[in-house]
Amino acid sequence: MLRLELIGISKQYPAVRANDNVNLKVQPGEIHAVLGENGAGKSTMMKMIYGAVRPDEGEIRWNGEKVDIRNPQQARALGISMVFQHFSLFDTLTAAENVWLGLDKSMKLPEITQRIAQVSKDYGLDVEPLRPVHSLSVGERQRVEIVRSLLTSPKLLILDEPTSVLTPQAVQKLFVTLRKLAADGCSILYISHKLDEIRELCTNCTVLRGGKVTGTVDPRTESNASLSKLMIGAEPPQLQHKATKAGEVVLAVKGLSVPKLDQFGSTLSDIAFDVRAGEIVGVAGVSGNGQQELMAALSGEDPRGPAGSIKLFGKDIASHSPRRRRKEGLHFVPEERLGRGAVPMMSLSQNTLLTRTEAVSGSGWIHSGKVDLLAANLISRFNVKAGGTGAAAKSLSGGNLQKFIVGREIDANPKLLIVSQPTWGVDVGAAALIRGELLKLRDAGCALLIVSEELDELFEIADRLIVIAQGRMSPSIPAAEATIERIGEWMSGLWPAAGGGAPAMPAAASANPTGVRHAQA
Amino acid sequence: MLRLEARPQPSKLMSLLSPVLALVLTALVAALLFLALGKDPVRGLGIFFVEPLSNLRQVSEMLLKATPLITIALGLAVCYRSNVWNIGAEGQFLLGVLAGGGVALWLTTQGIVLPKIVAVPLVLLGGVLGGMAWAALTALLRDKFNASEILVSLMLVYVAQQLVNYMVFGPWKDPAGFNFPQTKNFDASTWMPNLLSGTRLHIGFVVALVLVALTWVFMFRLFRGYQLQVGGLAPAAARYAGFSASTSLWTALMISGGLAGLAGGMEAIGTFKQITPHVSTGLGFTAIIVCFVGRLHPVGIIFAGLLLSMMVIGGELGQSRLGLPNALTGVFQGLLLVLLLACDTLIHYRVRVRSALAAAH
Repeated sequence: MLRLELIGISKQYPAVRANDNVNLKVQPGEIHAVLGENGAGKSTMMKMIYGAVRPDEGEIRWNGEKVDIRNPQQARALGISMVFQHFSLFDTLTAAENVWLGLDKSMKLPEITQRIAQVSKDYGLDVEPLRPVHSLSVGERQRVEIVRSLLTSPKLLILDEPTSVLTPQAVQKLFVTLRKLAADGCSILYISHKLDEIRELCTNCTVLRGGKVTGTVDPRTESNASLSKLMIGAEPPQLQHKATKAGEVVLAVKGLSVPKLDQFGSTLSDIAFDVRAGEIVGVAGVSGNGQQELMAALSGEDPRGPAGSIKLFGKDIASHSPRRRRKEGLHFVPEERLGRGAVPMMSLSQNTLLTRTEAVSGSGWIHSGKVDLLAANLISRFNVKAGGTGAAAKSLSGGNLQKFIVGREIDANPKLLIVSQPTWGVDVGAAALIRGELLKLRDAGCALLIVSEELDELFEIADRLIVIAQGRMSPSIPAAEATIERIGEWMSGLWPAAGGGAPAMPAAASANPTGVRHAQA
Repeated sequence: MLRLEARPQPSKLMSLLSPVLALVLTALVAALLFLALGKDPVRGLGIFFVEPLSNLRQVSEMLLKATPLITIALGLAVCYRSNVWNIGAEGQFLLGVLAGGGVALWLTTQGIVLPKIVAVPLVLLGGVLGGMAWAALTALLRDKFNASEILVSLMLVYVAQQLVNYMVFGPWKDPAGFNFPQTKNFDASTWMPNLLSGTRLHIGFVVALVLVALTWVFMFRLFRGYQLQVGGLAPAAARYAGFSASTSLWTALMISGGLAGLAGGMEAIGTFKQITPHVSTGLGFTAIIVCFVGRLHPVGIIFAGLLLSMMVIGGELGQSRLGLPNALTGVFQGLLLVLLLACDTLIHYRVRVRSALAAAH
């Protein structure tokens, strides 16, 4: 008997048919992958199973019986549990208190604490029940969420992109837990777009494209190419990574220390690295280890960097505004597209003006014809699907808006381009296009600094890698010499000290006593 | 069953229709109010919406009242588009009256008779500077101490009112005025030139129309105006682009303070020709409604200014003709704003009628 079956499920949203006659079969004790690009309909499907959204058509069967899941409470009562990509934990409460909040109140807090310890032991999930959540790393928080789900003894556990916040080592740890859970009879729905993980972990895989199921396969017998063909309808284009020789130093960062602005931020301490013309330097790291702060300091949005700490072509720019840095050739693509990289309510033309002021005369007059032309060029050059130059930024899909923003900065012929999460939430085709453009820019002699949480991406395009952990920067390593394991270790803050051979326990960790464990987690 | 459904794109049409719909609903509620007050609703609505247009004198009065409303609302539109919530245009207006009127009074008491072409701009410049100075207090407190500009600008209205009282009860009181709290009448050389003989309408209305064009250019053709709006819509994007938030704050408040002050100067030498404690009739607050009914757009503000001015005049007529309470104008203005904000929901949402059949699925 199937644990869960979806038969002919459809869901229509105003602009898009998110699920179109979708079928899904999940066996008891099976780790079942749901693979698809952003916007393929994975989230909608999960929301319907979890009762957050109701299907327009079709039938859901639970243990062979037709059910009508009206809300998440009912889903939980059936034994369906979900761990969301964005955690819902209270920072000021302890792990145990958070778990307690999510359960019915029949149990006392000490009982809960004890059960957490039990579940943690059974499934190899290290969770210290009495630690406040704000002191936990992202990986630890995720474990709290999973433990919370497990205490309800679920028959089906849904995990939404669970590895995007984990180091490679932590991913392996999570897999051990999940396999154990499955062996105990709990079915797992594993939502992801990472092919390697799915092939390693899952025993069955349903692929979605454009709201429709394009295949149900055993991922263990498939290749990345065949899976991505199901997912995007074509094999991903191969990138040309030409060997080039790096030129002069464009960006030199030295002694960049910036105290954190709020208690959940990261303090940058004594950051030093450089980026040369014609090379791509990749910054790896677990999210929340100072990437955002580093980006803000380099872009000029946070001008608190000490004098002389940021030099562009040997010239101190630490106190320059973002506009001035841009005039000097430093362009930046932030990770938030809507609200930072683009104004949601404004048209693409108007958004072009944000960083491209060619069409503004010396007296401050905007030549709107020129602005429109510029925007139209960007749209065609970077293959942005949009309703013309007058379309509001927020009407574009994430991938198309990203193509527009990255394109806007590439098209400005920067001397140094800093990109944060170049392909976050972008579909495979658009991601390939963006990476290709970044490589082209490098071949043309531009210096690039790219921050990404996707290690695969960094290995694919970067010439050198550096790792940021707890607000400190590792030495750089040529991408050709780096391995996933080594970078993963460095992401925990354990890299060899600059001169010596022994691994240095980071001095800065004293500023953040739990820091080392965070990154390891 | 009715339910709201998010539109994929905000509706441009609804954005224009919403004020019309709000006006119709306001008229309906107004009719009910007239009934409740025991008045004929048809006659009541006629007095508010027809009578002010019935003859040249009424129309000229309507344009006269609309002048300060439009002028102030233009500045407020710049402010609100920049996400700077200046609620204290009334205070900046009063300082415009004081400063502009002060110049006129000084010329008068000194016996200096300048040609109109010099005197009037001088007075208006005084008004602009007065309004700017008052707005600068708000900008300064916001910039340096992160004080809420909403509260500061609003509270400064009451300070400004007391300042007017102090001046007309004290130093500026007309010695020959039988101890009435009012200044001397300004010398005729300082008055706003008349636009239409036989009426009180002065060239301030033309000035307001020119300002509409200038504000449009500022908002949609100048990079500075663009920067302000980016700051208003997405502060993080403005920071990313490198537009200074504090420059935007100051620019927005100086423009709106300056325009409110200009309106004050024009009222001082165009309508009152002296300063009394009653120069304020809440124009600065009414202008907030004008600004929103006009969709924060310079052209929309012309229509909204005329509409609100019509309601003010209708309210005055209602008092004399039907014995309606004075507060009714305020009630209608408030209704219009609340209904407008409610109707604005339809810009982002549409109403769907879900049939029983669809619900059964």
